[in-house]
Amino acid sequence: MSKFKKKKSGGTPGISTASLPDIVFMLLFFFMTATTMKDSDLKIENKLPKANQTAKLHKKQYVMYIYAGKPSERYRNSLGGSDRVQMADKIAPVSEVRNFVINERASRNSEDEKYLTASLKIDKNVKMGLVQDIKQELRKVDQLKVNYTTSQGNPVE
Amino acid sequence: MAKREAPEVNAGSMADIAFLLLIFFLVTTTIGVDQGINRLLPRYEENPPVPPINQRNILPVLVNKDNQLLVNEQVVQLKDLRQTAIDFLENNGEGNCNYCFTGKKNPSSSDHPDKAVISLSNDGLTTYGMYIAVQNELVAAYTFLRDREAKRRYGVSFSEMEYVYNDPASKATEGLIEDLEPKVKKIQEMFPMRLSEAEPKKNFN
Repeated sequence: MSKFKKKKSGGTPGISTASLPDIVFMLLFFFMTATTMKDSDLKIENKLPKANQTAKLHKKQYVMYIYAGKPSERYRNSLGGSDRVQMADKIAPVSEVRNFVINERASRNSEDEKYLTASLKIDKNVKMGLVQDIKQELRKVDQLKVNYTTSQGNPVE
Repeated sequence: MAKREAPEVNAGSMADIAFLLLIFFLVTTTIGVDQGINRLLPRYEENPPVPPINQRNILPVLVNKDNQLLVNEQVVQLKDLRQTAIDFLENNGEGNCNYCFTGKKNPSSSDHPDKAVISLSNDGLTTYGMYIAVQNELVAAYTFLRDREAKRRYGVSFSEMEYVYNDPASKATEGLIEDLEPKVKKIQEMFPMRLSEAEPKKNFN
């Protein structure tokens, strides 16, 4: 008789998952834009020191990375426990810095060369002797723009 | 013949696919930490010439292998280094610097900001963390003075001007670099960053 159907009795209605893909896509796009690809697998410990007088590095195409630190636990047997330099996936002696810079320069646009900056990502426990050697090498190939890459924070604590 | 309706595509697995992509990006990427202290190294020379600098215009900062600081032959805590450097740079011993406001005009300290040199030397066994902390404080001293002057003259902080000036992307905006160049150069001239670094003494004990 009644025109209106009676509500089905009992049972909670299921939650619609139709918007789930939208939410996940939103997260996906956030991570795609906010992060950068890992370019090299670090074989060394790399805890950057803190500083707050920092400037942002410009675009990645103008930057080359040089890492230094103690070999991480996994590689300590083969590489020993003293501070080492790593450039693009490879552990190398300090004397290789020169070739690395020349290779990096060759692989970039020649117009960008004057903006090319060497980003030094050095562990805070590395001794200055090694850092000075790296700097000396950079000076010898006229790679004078450097950036001591740090994490954000106050060093006086 | 009856019209056949196109079967609906099942979108149920869309979420799974999106999750898969999301997890892939989470694993292979890092959130960028690309900032740090910019520095221009001096050109390499076999026998660098020693410029004649008056002893009072040099502020020697020594760091030993135990990460202790010695400034002007006095032990200084890291937190006091910034103020010590500002006092030294702005001392205005000659009395003809018209943009130094807090200078004490101590005759045994620097004559003028454009003559003042901070000389940093560290031991071969100093840790990099300490070196960066010292650099940070010294750069902070310069930044403080430069920002103050830039604010007074142009109403913008120097760090902001310098970032835009050095950004390769600024080339696109016409006249921007030409406009900033004299301002940046002027401030740099007033407080030239003269941070000299000595070769570290090798220490193997």
